[in-house]
Amino acid sequence: MVAQPDDPPLIAARGLTKHFGDFTAVDGIDVEVRRGEAFGFLGPNGAGKSSTMRMIGCVSPPSGGTLRVLGMDPITHGSQIRGRLGVVPQRDTLDEELTVRENILVYGRYFGLPRSVIRERATELLEFAQLSERADELVEPLSGGMKRRLTIARSLVNEPELLMLDEPTTGLDPQARHALWDRLFRLKRSGVTLVLTTHYMDEAEQLCDRLVVMDGGRIVAEGSPRQLISEHSTREVLELRLATDDHELYEAKVSDLATRVEVLPDRLLLYTDDGDAAAKIVHERGLAPLSTLVRRATLEDVFLHLTGRTLID
Amino acid sequence: MWNRALAHWLAHYRRVWRGTIISGILQPLFFLLAMGMGLGTLVDAGTSGGIEGVDYLLFLAPGILAAQAMQTAVFESTFPVLGAIKWQRQYHAMLAAPLGIPDIVLGHLVFVMMRVAMTSTIFVTIATLFGAITSWWVLLALPVAVLTGLAFAAPVVAFAARQRNESGFNMLFRFIVLPMFLFSGTFFPVEQLPTALELIARITPLWHAVELCRGLALETMTLAGAAAHVAYLVVLAGIGIQLALMSVRKRLIL
Amino acid sequence: MSALERSPRGGAVQRLGRMVPFPAGASMARALVERNIRAYRSRWITLVSGLFEPVFYLFSLGVGLGALIGQVDAGGGRMIEYAAYVAPALMAAAAMNGAIFDATFNVFFKLKYTKLYESVLATPLGPRDVAVGEIAWALLRGSLYSTTFLLVVAVSGMARSWWAVLAIPTATLIGFAFASAGMALTTFMRSWQDFEYVNISILPMFLFSATFFPLSTYPEALQWVVQATPLYHGASLVRSLMLGDVGVGLVVHVLYLVMMGLVGITFAARRVERLLLT
Repeated sequence: MVAQPDDPPLIAARGLTKHFGDFTAVDGIDVEVRRGEAFGFLGPNGAGKSSTMRMIGCVSPPSGGTLRVLGMDPITHGSQIRGRLGVVPQRDTLDEELTVRENILVYGRYFGLPRSVIRERATELLEFAQLSERADELVEPLSGGMKRRLTIARSLVNEPELLMLDEPTTGLDPQARHALWDRLFRLKRSGVTLVLTTHYMDEAEQLCDRLVVMDGGRIVAEGSPRQLISEHSTREVLELRLATDDHELYEAKVSDLATRVEVLPDRLLLYTDDGDAAAKIVHERGLAPLSTLVRRATLEDVFLHLTGRTLID
Repeated sequence: MWNRALAHWLAHYRRVWRGTIISGILQPLFFLLAMGMGLGTLVDAGTSGGIEGVDYLLFLAPGILAAQAMQTAVFESTFPVLGAIKWQRQYHAMLAAPLGIPDIVLGHLVFVMMRVAMTSTIFVTIATLFGAITSWWVLLALPVAVLTGLAFAAPVVAFAARQRNESGFNMLFRFIVLPMFLFSGTFFPVEQLPTALELIARITPLWHAVELCRGLALETMTLAGAAAHVAYLVVLAGIGIQLALMSVRKRLIL
Repeated sequence: MSALERSPRGGAVQRLGRMVPFPAGASMARALVERNIRAYRSRWITLVSGLFEPVFYLFSLGVGLGALIGQVDAGGGRMIEYAAYVAPALMAAAAMNGAIFDATFNVFFKLKYTKLYESVLATPLGPRDVAVGEIAWALLRGSLYSTTFLLVVAVSGMARSWWAVLAIPTATLIGFAFASAGMALTTFMRSWQDFEYVNISILPMFLFSATFFPLSTYPEALQWVVQATPLYHGASLVRSLMLGDVGVGLVVHVLYLVMMGLVGITFAARRVERLLLT
């Protein structure tokens, strides 16, 4: 489902900016999303991801720059664009006065779809969201994971070309997250373009073909997860926990073992292509760490390298 | 230990009292002004010249006193009780502390009685200034208002503790409280009603409360009559408290 | 397919929705009306219970107390039974109360708590659709109440003229004026406590807009205040129609209410836009 290069991009932003009073939430970003890809905005809370999503979703007028969604201008063609988008907001906005099925039926009517079409789609979507058995119950008592799946099912009622997901799995338990990722994979395979924000690295690695890392309203890196890791990190990371209140004291003693060392409050991260070898030398030097862990580098490490901060504070 | 539950509700009230000024004080005052003074001029000039020879304003004021006691009590025993069970869950917090069901129920009812005492005192003071109340006997109508509050609050707590959501309250207000307010003697003597309705009106607790307050304010009450009305309200309160204890216990502990 | 969907009521929702005319630029508002009808299906009893409030007032004050009052001056020295005097005012007041309830409490709840409009605005519907849809729903519900109330009044013999039929669209106009203004004001509310201000403006209007006793009862200075309130115009209009006192003068009342509604709805749409599309 990779797009042809001459296809016009579904989203094209140039110098896109959003101010709230004196505060600059989005500071001149350039983004292009092509048909069929899964594109991610990765960054900590307050990086400007949600503001960007709201501008693309035509519910927040840009303060500056240009933005085209599906080739149209959100300011003049907001309604037409929204008619072809699916939106999963950060917080579920299900209609708690209605039943599970009615949520989809009523939402479909907002798109002006005929009832017969919506009824048919509702049955399929409830199946897709594994909610067929709860179809005629009220929404309120559903679990968090079920509500999230229903929100996603609801956003698909107009068969959107572009599905926008803002923090799709935040607040869900691990089992519910995996169930949700599985649904999103299926959508992607069926050709829906996904745009999502997340502050979870594993989510970005699992779901995104391509992503931008945002920090302080700007884009600090762009590429596929694999590209970003190879560009901004080593292959492996050695994590060392030492019996000390100040890990900084030990930085000099290990700095020669890695291409780069990051000092965190509770541990040291040694970036090296051979973590086991480095761990062995650490022990030989008699540093006696409380624990050692060798792991593959992740996007978390990319972010730490780019911004000097961890993603989840 | 019920005083600890009471302390909670008083502390809570200290934060929200401003909102109750309007419903608690201005609302009865507006009714007194509109009906007693505005409409009163029509009633006094009307077919019977006042009501049984009494100026309409003087007739109405004690009726509103009783009706206001009912409304305050019912309101404070519906949303706050369901809220303390379901939304803010204060009752559960109290149970987790060493308070028992009787402490919780009693604490709430005493709080409601204090609220009624407060709004009734303010209303009586203002109505006196307007010349709508002229007798010192009205001072005895204040404990009557508090008793009225209890007689309504207790069974309504029992009702509220059995509700799943607030839609039952709508029904309570529309089909119990409002008809009582309009037909149990607050605005006109129940003798005006068709006989069947008059009998129903005379069974309602508000009619007894209105008769008591009015009899005191107009100095027409006999001792026997007063005893009968008080007995009715005391019995209702007693039954109500038993029901409230049962319902709250069932809801919180089962 | 659920039982609900298969039932003929599904079509009823659609038909009810189609009955409401929508101005240009708000063509999708109908979907929101359909949503509200659907949401009320499980709570129809709450909806129906609203019919009784004005009827209770009519029989208590109009009939019960009215017997002690006898006849009152309906203006220009024309004497009528008190019940016939108060019935039109109760109809106007019921239209006001219903509209205010739907356009303030219910809209606030959806705006702040259930975030309904956030999900609605993610679809092709815009802020104008939201404002028009909610107000149209308030009017639909209000028309149900005013129609049944008028039937009660007519059966009790309190309507004196066939012009009374026009009281139904008049009640809808009153509802439009109050729902629009109410929704506009609701967008400024911060918490439930602020609704005390709604109560504090509605209750005196209900009691003092020449609803329960004639304008001539007031001192002269207060008569001007009374005549400035929207409910005074609504009640006067309905009363003139029910008594058959129809003249060119009624246009003033109509204009007052139309202006209030138009200003309110324009403002409401703009405020919803400012609040939600940031």
